[in-house]
Amino acid sequence: MKSFKDIYRSAENKIAGIGAAPGIVIGDVYLFTKEKLEISKASITDVEEAIKNLHEALERSKKELTKIFAIAKEKMGPTRAGIFEAHLMILDDPILILNIINRIKKEKKQPEYIVHDEITKYQDLMIISHESYMKERAHDIEDIKNRIVRNLRKKQWKSKIQSDVIIISETLTPADTLLLSRNKVKGFITDHGGLTSHAAIISRSLNIPAVVGTHDASHKLKEGQKVIVDGFHGYVLFNPTKAQIKFFEAKHEHLVSLQKELEHLVDQPAVTKDGKEIELLANVDVTGEIDIVKTSGAQGIGLYRSEQLLDEMGTIPSEEEQTTVYSRLASRMYPDSITIRAFDIGGDKFNLFDYDEPNPFLGLRGIRLLLENSKLFKEQIKAVLRASKNKNIKFMLPMVSTIVEIRRSKKIISDCMAELSKENIKFDSEMDIGIMVEVPSAAVMTKELAIEVDFLSIGTNDLVQYLMAVDRGNDLVSDLYQEFSPVVLRTIKMIVDDANRAGKPVSLCGEMAAETLAMPLLVGLGLESLSISPTTIPYAKKIITSFKFKDAKKMAKNCVENCFEEEIVNNLEKFFEKNNIVRTRNII
Amino acid sequence: MIERVVKIKNKAGLHTRPAATIVKLAAQYKCEFFISRNGMNINGKSIIGVMTLAAEEGAELVLTFDGVDEEEAANEIVAFFENGFGEE
Repeated sequence: MKSFKDIYRSAENKIAGIGAAPGIVIGDVYLFTKEKLEISKASITDVEEAIKNLHEALERSKKELTKIFAIAKEKMGPTRAGIFEAHLMILDDPILILNIINRIKKEKKQPEYIVHDEITKYQDLMIISHESYMKERAHDIEDIKNRIVRNLRKKQWKSKIQSDVIIISETLTPADTLLLSRNKVKGFITDHGGLTSHAAIISRSLNIPAVVGTHDASHKLKEGQKVIVDGFHGYVLFNPTKAQIKFFEAKHEHLVSLQKELEHLVDQPAVTKDGKEIELLANVDVTGEIDIVKTSGAQGIGLYRSEQLLDEMGTIPSEEEQTTVYSRLASRMYPDSITIRAFDIGGDKFNLFDYDEPNPFLGLRGIRLLLENSKLFKEQIKAVLRASKNKNIKFMLPMVSTIVEIRRSKKIISDCMAELSKENIKFDSEMDIGIMVEVPSAAVMTKELAIEVDFLSIGTNDLVQYLMAVDRGNDLVSDLYQEFSPVVLRTIKMIVDDANRAGKPVSLCGEMAAETLAMPLLVGLGLESLSISPTTIPYAKKIITSFKFKDAKKMAKNCVENCFEEEIVNNLEKFFEKNNIVRTRNII
Repeated sequence: MIERVVKIKNKAGLHTRPAATIVKLAAQYKCEFFISRNGMNINGKSIIGVMTLAAEEGAELVLTFDGVDEEEAANEIVAFFENGFGEE
């Protein structure tokens, strides 16, 4: 039988990208665009007809939005879905609609022009505000404006996304990805983004195959065209030949049967052949993922990226709202624990504060931003504490680079505790406080930092980026983003050894832990806890139960001494072969 | 006509959800209802209008009610503001 290599070598109909979420899928392309609509300012003769069209378009838009509102309620809870309710109300806004109708009667112009012009006026009012959330609001309303205009042009009106299509887009926001996934979308292809883009992370957690960073797939592919998406190897094949379809269908079937085989591992612990148990925790982005976590066999949540709340809600959630979300997560996971990471805002994630920074990745992000905005920080700490009654919450500080930052944070946390005590509010007064080790300066100081905290978690996404001085979102240099660089391995080893010496537990979160190739290596380096996307957990168990810790340790020692990433990857591949471990990438 | 000055009391300010509630409350009454701030006068029965108001914690707004049921409307809506929109 042919191999993937044979297939791709001879294929002229391939587009190369990055395999962001594993899986193989064959289907038709749906072009998801957000391009600007050309608005017709043409005059009309039949005013009655135009008004009738307007009402029909409003009704259709309402139907669409009602559906989105329902999905949002299910995925994000009724409070946070409230923003969509307000959008629905705009379609019923008596003042807005009266103005539009009056202008249609008076100016006798295409309704789409009047609708566009009227709503734009409100957006302009929002944009002139200095508040950044008002700009977001204006952006949100763009969706409603385009929806009405689209529905006014019945002919060009694209019906709602059909099920079973493969979405292709220049970029996808987390919200797009989440909403599209509800439409039984089979796969994602994007022009931009890398492994760690939010769309990639979410598609992985929702188990939808994705290929990102294709540069120009959205221009090369046409709507309705048949494609094969290979999220394992990062290729898209367009207009596939019969032979290619046959090959991939067979692979897909094999994959399905393999997944069934993995299901029985859910309730099994991850123990190496010589008896070393590895704790497997889940990374959680959106609260909707909790169901997947519960069925994945995870022993807890090792990383809850709380800043995703800002994205889901479109604004900074209040202390009360945060308390509700954290309490719900904690009680659903009880008695297992959940590690809440404080808002990691800044860098590429959320620009709520309008800081004008020439180099945001080296700027005010993570704990630095929280210490600058103590009101925001305190509200989050109090919400976390309020949710900690059952003693299954841990709190983690992101982007720590000095001891001073830890001490200042701990002072604020103890202030918050004192304030809550005064109000007679119950909380876990011994809640574990830990840090992310994701900046080289923290890695170098692990020994000293470990003394100050209860636990450490290595964040590989940022650690690799800062160690290698490479922007992980930049396609031009993404080949320098080497997770298996000796630099990264040696640094991880140093952190693990120093944490062990200090007697503090250390875990590793980040996408590296989700790369099945890395697992024996990480275990061999001495990590006893890994936090990965929930869908990867069964695969991780299969791998970990297939080798001896003793052998992994020896292999890791060799790798640490290597000088090139290629050597290390070779070593790892050999280890898989020697131990007869099937890897996600070549099992199929 | 009734005129009342109200202050935004919750931390998050007049964000989208309370804006929606205000408009829904106002829709139950026949009287006209306007919100003004910094010279902007917004029809309080229009959600898209109310959404153009950026009103942070501590901001002062002038509410005017005009019509048969102005008193009832003023009482309910002013109470919603005073209550900090039921938030912290």
